[in-house]
Amino acid sequence: MTAAFFLWYALYVIMSAYARGFMDTKVVGHINVALVFGLLQFVSTFLIAWLYSRFAARQVDPLADKIAHEIAEKGDTA
Amino acid sequence: MNPAFLAAEAGSSTARTLTITLFLVFVAATLAITIWASRQTKTATDFYAGGRSFSGFQNGMAIGGDYMSAASFLGIAGLIALYGYDGFLYSIGFLVAWLVALLLVAELLRNSGKYTMADVLAFRMRQRPVRTAAAVSTITVSIFYLIAQMVGAGALVALLLGIRPGTTFLGMDADAAKVATIILVGALMIVYVTVGGMKGTTYVQIVKAFLLMSGAALMTVLVLAKFNFNLSSLLGAAADQSGKGEAFLQPGLYYGVEVANNATQTFYNKVDLFSLGIALVLGTAGLPHILIRFYTVPTARAARRSVLWAIGIIGTFYLFTLALGFGAAALVGGDAIREQNAAGNTAAPQLAEQLGIDFLGGDTGGAVLLAVIAAVAFATILAVVAGLTLASSSSLAHDFYANVIKRGETSEKQEVNVARIAAFAIGAISIVLALFAQSLNVAFLVALAFAVAASGNLPAILYSLFWKRFNTSGAVWAIYGGLLSAVVLVFFSPVVSGRPNSMFPDADWQWFPLSNPGIISIPFGFLCGWIGTMLSKESDEEKYAELEVRSLTGAGAH
Repeated sequence: MTAAFFLWYALYVIMSAYARGFMDTKVVGHINVALVFGLLQFVSTFLIAWLYSRFAARQVDPLADKIAHEIAEKGDTA
Repeated sequence: MNPAFLAAEAGSSTARTLTITLFLVFVAATLAITIWASRQTKTATDFYAGGRSFSGFQNGMAIGGDYMSAASFLGIAGLIALYGYDGFLYSIGFLVAWLVALLLVAELLRNSGKYTMADVLAFRMRQRPVRTAAAVSTITVSIFYLIAQMVGAGALVALLLGIRPGTTFLGMDADAAKVATIILVGALMIVYVTVGGMKGTTYVQIVKAFLLMSGAALMTVLVLAKFNFNLSSLLGAAADQSGKGEAFLQPGLYYGVEVANNATQTFYNKVDLFSLGIALVLGTAGLPHILIRFYTVPTARAARRSVLWAIGIIGTFYLFTLALGFGAAALVGGDAIREQNAAGNTAAPQLAEQLGIDFLGGDTGGAVLLAVIAAVAFATILAVVAGLTLASSSSLAHDFYANVIKRGETSEKQEVNVARIAAFAIGAISIVLALFAQSLNVAFLVALAFAVAASGNLPAILYSLFWKRFNTSGAVWAIYGGLLSAVVLVFFSPVVSGRPNSMFPDADWQWFPLSNPGIISIPFGFLCGWIGTMLSKESDEEKYAELEVRSLTGAGAH
């Protein structure tokens, strides 16, 4: 997931530099692709944060808790 | 009427008095909080980590307060107001960067360390060399960031108090007023940190975050209301006023500028854009004053929640900057902004004044809203400056003094006292340096701090957490290599010499073509870390296994 959002962001930056023709295209009124693309970065950031919190709560936390418990029980917090 | 003229008129009476009054109210309230917090600060954990007593939401607000500095509020609004779309790049980079912190750093750091970033780096390495390197890096990044904020404060006060060249305020001219402000801000931040420690500064951050979000939200609503909540017509008006038409709404007016007949310069400009983008997105997770925030909550899960809250708060704020920047472009106009401050740092307050005139009525309305927003801007600077000072003094005391000099043989009380002395010293140094740096561009300094953090700190942190083979030599190489390459490249860049708007415009020792070294120094930092590791046979797999378990499960966390 880290690589994915990083590439998505890099795509955005590179297109801001090189694909200006595309980025300048108007979508609605004065709103162009560049602005939409930029706002999508906001959306993707919120989305990824939310997805991560769900993934962590469902998959990672129970596992981590289980191991931490085992360690505490063995009295072995070296 | 020309807002610049109005600012002078209004500023000479109502706005000036109001701004000072509001600012003093904020200072009084936060000093009271700080003194209250000092009564609750008894142990080292209290001083460095606020007793780990903050909730995810509180810490999220504090992180937001720490992160949304003058560069965000004033700088980005100004860049968008003057150059249109390109300013938005900063907003995006500053936000997306938080995913690096969320996915890779926050929780793992909280589980593996006690008070500072170096705790994690030194976990499986030899303490002294690594902690020394970490302390050097922390202080370097923090001082760059500090100077930027304090220079911003000085410039802000001179302009907002309506001091024109030749006029005086309380017997001071513009330059003297700037000096006085820098000293005042420096003195206040020293008090906040030495008296209140992490508890005090955290509460100050939270208050400031609330004020900033409220102020920015209010302005955003007013701006949109002026255009019937139609984003497209706001953009259209901004484009018209700018005199550049649609190009104002497109990338390319500031970054990645295409220079006719000069393919090399065009290429450099585009690479510079990418370099800035990389530095922004990787820098956040390496900023020491942000990293120490992860220790103020009881568990790693709370650290995760803080970052989630922070992302929401910070993301919303950067959406506001779109309205603030384009609103200023449309309602105040590039010329009026440039007249006040060539770099655009006063675009946001000027917009506030205009909105006050339009919505609250007349000059008084303008003066009131200007004063409110100016006071909020000062609060913003003050809070960030306190956070930076706390981070660097903590590092000096905990990493360098306690572990390197005293080899772990100090009492908590001694350590905390050293931290207080360090805060004083760092504050004093920053004041002096800021006085010499007043002609510097604030945004560049912050971006440099980001590049240094991304080059010097992030490789070491990531390798430490994820690479089994990583060792002491690698950590030291990574930190110093990244740090030095970033600083040296900036020294030889157009930022320092060779251009009319360089730090030293009359000198020219520039050979590095980019204004941000990120694209070279960050990979170099990673490379140095790898080389340093390979050159040494040191390897402790058991310790790495222990770190892995601790960082992922929270077992044995402080």
